[in-house]
Amino acid sequence: MLADKSRTCFTSVVTSAATETEQTPLSAPLNVGFDYTRSVGPVLGHFVNALRQRRIVGIRGSDGRVHVPPVEYDPHTAEALTEFADVADEGTVVSWSWAPEPLEGQPIQRPFAWALIRLDGADTALLHAVDAGSAAKMRTGMRVRVRWADEPVGHIRDIAYFLPVDAPPDDPAPTPPPPPVVEREEGSPVTTVVTPVHLSFEHSVSPEESRYLRGLAEGRLIAQRCPACGKVYIPPRGACPTDGVPTVEEVELPDTGIVTTFCIVNVPFLGQRIKPPYVAAYILLDGADIPFLHLVLGCEASEVRMGMRVRAAWKPRQEWSTTLENIAHFEPTGEPDAPYESYAHHL
Amino acid sequence: MNDVAVVGFAQAPCVRRTHGTTNGVEMLVPIFAEVFEQTGLTKADIGFWCSGSSDYLAGRAFSFIAAVDAIGAFPPIHESHVEMDAAWALYEAWLKIRMGEVDTALVYGFGKASAGELRRVLSLQLDPYVMAPLWPDSIGIAGLQARLGMDAGLWSEKDLAEVAARSRRDATSNPFAQLSGDVEAARLLEEPLVADPLRAHDIAPVTDGAAVIVLASVERARDIVERPAVITGIEHRIDSPVLGARDLTRSPSTERAGLAVGARDVEIAELHAPFTHQELILRDALGFGDDVRINPSGGALTGNPMFSAGLTRIGEAARQILAGNASRTLGHATSGPALQQNLVAVLERG
Repeated sequence: MLADKSRTCFTSVVTSAATETEQTPLSAPLNVGFDYTRSVGPVLGHFVNALRQRRIVGIRGSDGRVHVPPVEYDPHTAEALTEFADVADEGTVVSWSWAPEPLEGQPIQRPFAWALIRLDGADTALLHAVDAGSAAKMRTGMRVRVRWADEPVGHIRDIAYFLPVDAPPDDPAPTPPPPPVVEREEGSPVTTVVTPVHLSFEHSVSPEESRYLRGLAEGRLIAQRCPACGKVYIPPRGACPTDGVPTVEEVELPDTGIVTTFCIVNVPFLGQRIKPPYVAAYILLDGADIPFLHLVLGCEASEVRMGMRVRAAWKPRQEWSTTLENIAHFEPTGEPDAPYESYAHHL
Repeated sequence: MNDVAVVGFAQAPCVRRTHGTTNGVEMLVPIFAEVFEQTGLTKADIGFWCSGSSDYLAGRAFSFIAAVDAIGAFPPIHESHVEMDAAWALYEAWLKIRMGEVDTALVYGFGKASAGELRRVLSLQLDPYVMAPLWPDSIGIAGLQARLGMDAGLWSEKDLAEVAARSRRDATSNPFAQLSGDVEAARLLEEPLVADPLRAHDIAPVTDGAAVIVLASVERARDIVERPAVITGIEHRIDSPVLGARDLTRSPSTERAGLAVGARDVEIAELHAPFTHQELILRDALGFGDDVRINPSGGALTGNPMFSAGLTRIGEAARQILAGNASRTLGHATSGPALQQNLVAVLERG
């Protein structure tokens, strides 16, 4: 089943820190995220559907041992396993480690213990979190029980976390938001689970790209020339892909060029900003040896052609930042087309 | 089939944070130049290129493509990539030479671990149904493994601190190490627990870094260097991804790989152990006694560049032979949580 619900985000806004110098490479927070959807199949499907009913099931291996969580194939004989076995929602801590500073997405959002827990009736241990309050209250061999999520959905996180069996009942730990679910008919089993994956980075660009991005903030198109082969790259490269040496010599390019190749976008998609049909094209600026991708607007999509002369349509100056988005799009200049031979080697 | 030797090795300094691009390409350009200098080869002489890195570390898809710029890949090259430590890229390159398809190969690994939150990023290596959605971080999982051994009486906090102290002392003579210093185990034990049962010294630092190795068929190798480090055995094995079903105090995959390559009789072993207790598990799995010198470079505990730390272990093991310090050494690499996947290579003076 395909994702009924998916979410992507990819934000990278290069900002200038107050303390930076001309030489400091630009960097900015980069947050990437995606809701992975996975079909569960018969074995894990049985497991997550039982979780939705606040039950835990394992599977019996060829040696009679009960695996929790269930495994699809026997670790010794590699045969498909099919014999499910109910186990308790109480068990024994086999090992534990303390997590003093919970990370985003972890089951408990206050200091907690990771634990391998052997549930009563199981022979293997389940990895999960224990809300014990402090490391001093944790020990190997301690008894713990499941704290179920308020609204189980058929996902490993229906087990919100574990508690010491003698824990007071009225101190719920802060937990991350529940996982999203795939919409399905009322009463039908869970066949797909959704797991959001969100990561945060500090994205950095090279000194060459920093020069280029700072140039854009001033309305300049800065390219750099490879000292070995003389090719002009925009954006400039950390290393010339032909020679493997950094590009160094700065070259300012005009905001005119040609369309080397293009496509007409007819398909709507998530995050689209322009109503289709519209043209995404490779623009080869005059004097450059590499085209970049941009939009061609200002004429019918059907009029765009290879070799067409275009000029940048800049956004109002007060909207400029260190980004190629300062150019809203490219527009036809009305000049005669460039002959095919003049750009054939850039295709 | 062709025998294969290491003929060149270089590494970028292990540092907590570089100012380079997120994919870390800048770390490669100088070390490529260094191995070309060492071997007298040029990029045109390289028959096959193979790298190890991870998109999850860089936060973007196909991030390894950017690294190809550092090669200067024109005319077009014969290239491949593994989403693992570059020791596994070395295995792929070794196969290419063994099969006679090429007679030289350049292998590189790189990563800017400082760009993201490493211990959280690494949880995405886990089973995506029942483990990864809980975001168990690499330090938490290593702590579970360390305590199992403590509870079983296999090692003590003091044993672990001694591994850390020896590693840091050895790293004082390694100019590429991130951590080094002459410190007693007893002094380390005075430090607080950062993730009970682990202290800071038990955990490899977050490291930006890169490494490169040049391989050649033995026939070719003799023309390139005086003492090529011939790979007489290389094997990799994997244990179950189900952490709760494994005996985490042992490493059966290392044991089997070690047996397959005749790991016992080596003088020096470079073991890829990102946590102190993991060195003890590996030593045991490889059947080492006190006569084997472990990690004279300081090992991963003094610098753990993701996706090149394992390749660096093989490079360090080879360097001991190339430099004439030893005649039989071992390099080990690990990948995945709690020593899940392990590669062992034995090198001999050719």
